[in-house]
Amino acid sequence: MRTLLGIVLALALMPLTPAQARSNWPTPPIEGDAAAQVSGPLTGGSADHSKFKVLKGPFAAGPEVTRACLTCHTETGRHFMKNIHWTWDFTDPDSHQQLGKRHLVNNFCTNARGNEGMCAQCHAGYGWKDETFDFTNQDNIDCLVCHDHTGTYYKTPNSSGNKACAVMFEGLPAMNLVAIAQSVGLPQRANCGACHFNGGGGDNVKHGDLSSALKHPPRDLDVHMSPNGQNFSCTACHVTRDHVWAGSRYAIIAKDEVGAGRPGQRRDVATCESCHGMAPHQSGSVEHRKLNHHVASVACQTCHIPALARGGVATVVDWDWRTAGRTKDGEGFHESKYTQGNGEERYTYKSIKGTFTYGENVIPQYGWFDGQMRYTTVDTHFDIKQQPIPINAYEGSREDGRSRIWPFKRMRTWQPFDTGNGTLVYTHLWGDDTDAYWGNYDMGKAIAHGMKQFDLPYSGSWGFLETVSYWPITHMVAPKEGALGCRECHSKNGRLGQITGVYLPGRDRSRWLDLAGIFLVSGTLGGALAHGLLRRILRRKNRPEGSQS
Amino acid sequence: MSTREVLIYSHFERFWHWTQMALIFTMLVTGFAIHGLHDWISFDRAVTLHTLAALALLGLWVLATFWLFTTGNWKHYLPTARGLGQVVRFYSYGIFLGERHPYRKAFWRKHNPLQAIAYLALKGVLFPLIWASGIAYLLYFAWGDNPGAAAWLQWVALVHTATAYAILAFVVMHVYMLTIGGSFAHHVTPMLTGFDKVELSPEEEAYLIQDEPSHIR
Repeated sequence: MRTLLGIVLALALMPLTPAQARSNWPTPPIEGDAAAQVSGPLTGGSADHSKFKVLKGPFAAGPEVTRACLTCHTETGRHFMKNIHWTWDFTDPDSHQQLGKRHLVNNFCTNARGNEGMCAQCHAGYGWKDETFDFTNQDNIDCLVCHDHTGTYYKTPNSSGNKACAVMFEGLPAMNLVAIAQSVGLPQRANCGACHFNGGGGDNVKHGDLSSALKHPPRDLDVHMSPNGQNFSCTACHVTRDHVWAGSRYAIIAKDEVGAGRPGQRRDVATCESCHGMAPHQSGSVEHRKLNHHVASVACQTCHIPALARGGVATVVDWDWRTAGRTKDGEGFHESKYTQGNGEERYTYKSIKGTFTYGENVIPQYGWFDGQMRYTTVDTHFDIKQQPIPINAYEGSREDGRSRIWPFKRMRTWQPFDTGNGTLVYTHLWGDDTDAYWGNYDMGKAIAHGMKQFDLPYSGSWGFLETVSYWPITHMVAPKEGALGCRECHSKNGRLGQITGVYLPGRDRSRWLDLAGIFLVSGTLGGALAHGLLRRILRRKNRPEGSQS
Repeated sequence: MSTREVLIYSHFERFWHWTQMALIFTMLVTGFAIHGLHDWISFDRAVTLHTLAALALLGLWVLATFWLFTTGNWKHYLPTARGLGQVVRFYSYGIFLGERHPYRKAFWRKHNPLQAIAYLALKGVLFPLIWASGIAYLLYFAWGDNPGAAAWLQWVALVHTATAYAILAFVVMHVYMLTIGGSFAHHVTPMLTGFDKVELSPEEEAYLIQDEPSHIR
């Protein structure tokens, strides 16, 4: 009774001006040093690395720099080796699936396993080219890729590939490792972006919400990362303790029910709620109260990321390996027939990879998501009649209490698989040998090599499989004035047209009730009109003597 | 018996009527916008107006209920079969022959029997239904976590919408009735000025002249 009274009182005391919250839109830009990105609780600046004797060099190679770093940061190597940037390995605590780049097959370049010589350019270490890599040697850690502030650091493949590919890495300028080592500081967006903006083999190919446009995003692209907004570096949200980062695509908190912590707390999550709290719309107006009720069932991202692949950089939405391997005069070739928003041309065909279809300003797919992804791994047997096969599938429902409606990028691919066993395959793409697909263009040989290398069962026959994968969208948060309007979902044929388990006003209605209601109202109106008309006609006929009106 | 102009709608009753009219009109327009039947108004604005109008109407209703029972005006809404047949016969038949309306307003009976039943149904059935469903809808955030809540909400919405259609039909009929047995203005004026022609017994007339001279003219 008391709660009810409280609720009624709270409702009665609501401000009467729903628009007041918007009076100060757009939110004013943050004043200050645009160059200084905000890195969460860490501010840096307590040491000038150019003053350290150990960093005077000379350095012949990266591991020598690492050794120098570790002379002061004595425990960091031990910490670092626990994180996923090093291990590329993640065992899902719930599904017990063996995940991580080291094991998974995706529907972009398919597998890093066996192709580390190329793919491990994005491993935060030096020299991983095959199974012999020493994961216990701290000298193998690459500190610079994340901490370089000169913007001149780069990595090249750890092993030589076919000469058809090697040309991509020729003629790069020599690095000044001393200058780079002395420049180090907290990771900037461009550091993380060197790999994370290029997932899937190119700018924004994979995620859709992580592109080079986020290096210096305008405010309307990302209100947090924009120098005209909060100027957040990635670690402002992906808070770090002992070189382990909050926020993971493998273990997602789809519904944060804790909210903002006090200072010093909540270093474990990268959820919106961990800063914005559980009632983020704060004016107290009817609209804001109603929006706060949405928090229980709709992820912040759903309304506040109106589209993915914004900012002029396209994402690949469809990849067709079936066309790969075409050559001109025996040589591989590529075509660039897509010009994206920022004017750059993108590959639409590559002999080594097949055909790409791009999307920009893509409306996400929405679904109930409890944070748990189920993966189709290389040892999962599937029914090949059930195509498309989900590389990963999200789960969740209105009723489970843990899920919220989330936005996803849907990626569709035709990729090679084992037709006999009904499994995904490891393909041997990279290598300076006669089996590597990149250079020889023989998929059968590449699969046989890739499977044999890891003692995986292979029937010997392969074909192409239609697959889909889903990428939860959480970056490219627009300023509040760019959030979705209500009718984007509260309407027929709105964005949440496929969402089940809810009654959504504006979308849902009983056809029969509406028909009956309209019949009732129009019947009443028609009846009244007929009655009035009849009155008028008959009254003239039957008007008694001397009656009025 | 004499027919005099008597104050039958007090200040409060007129305030109640017209405020209620404005609020119900607002809620019909915004409600059907939320329902998705039209988009003359943005969804967020419709929700805000609908909610605020509902809360205002709730407050008005508390006042009106209190007023009805403390002043004894609730008696006007008591259903009666006396004369009901004549009124029904008039609307469905006599009116076409140009007959006079059979009902005469009395000082303590300002609604004809059909009107009394209609208003009683409105106040006793439709309004409670739309209130109960509307408040349940408004408080969804407080019970939405229970199992099956979404299915319940669907029923709540169904009742709410059905009642809204019924109320809209009532409004249509109510407005049409104003054209019967005199001009539209003739019927609306009493709800503006408060005064209408009422048949008074000599005692009532004497009482009014003696004790409430401002209520009779």
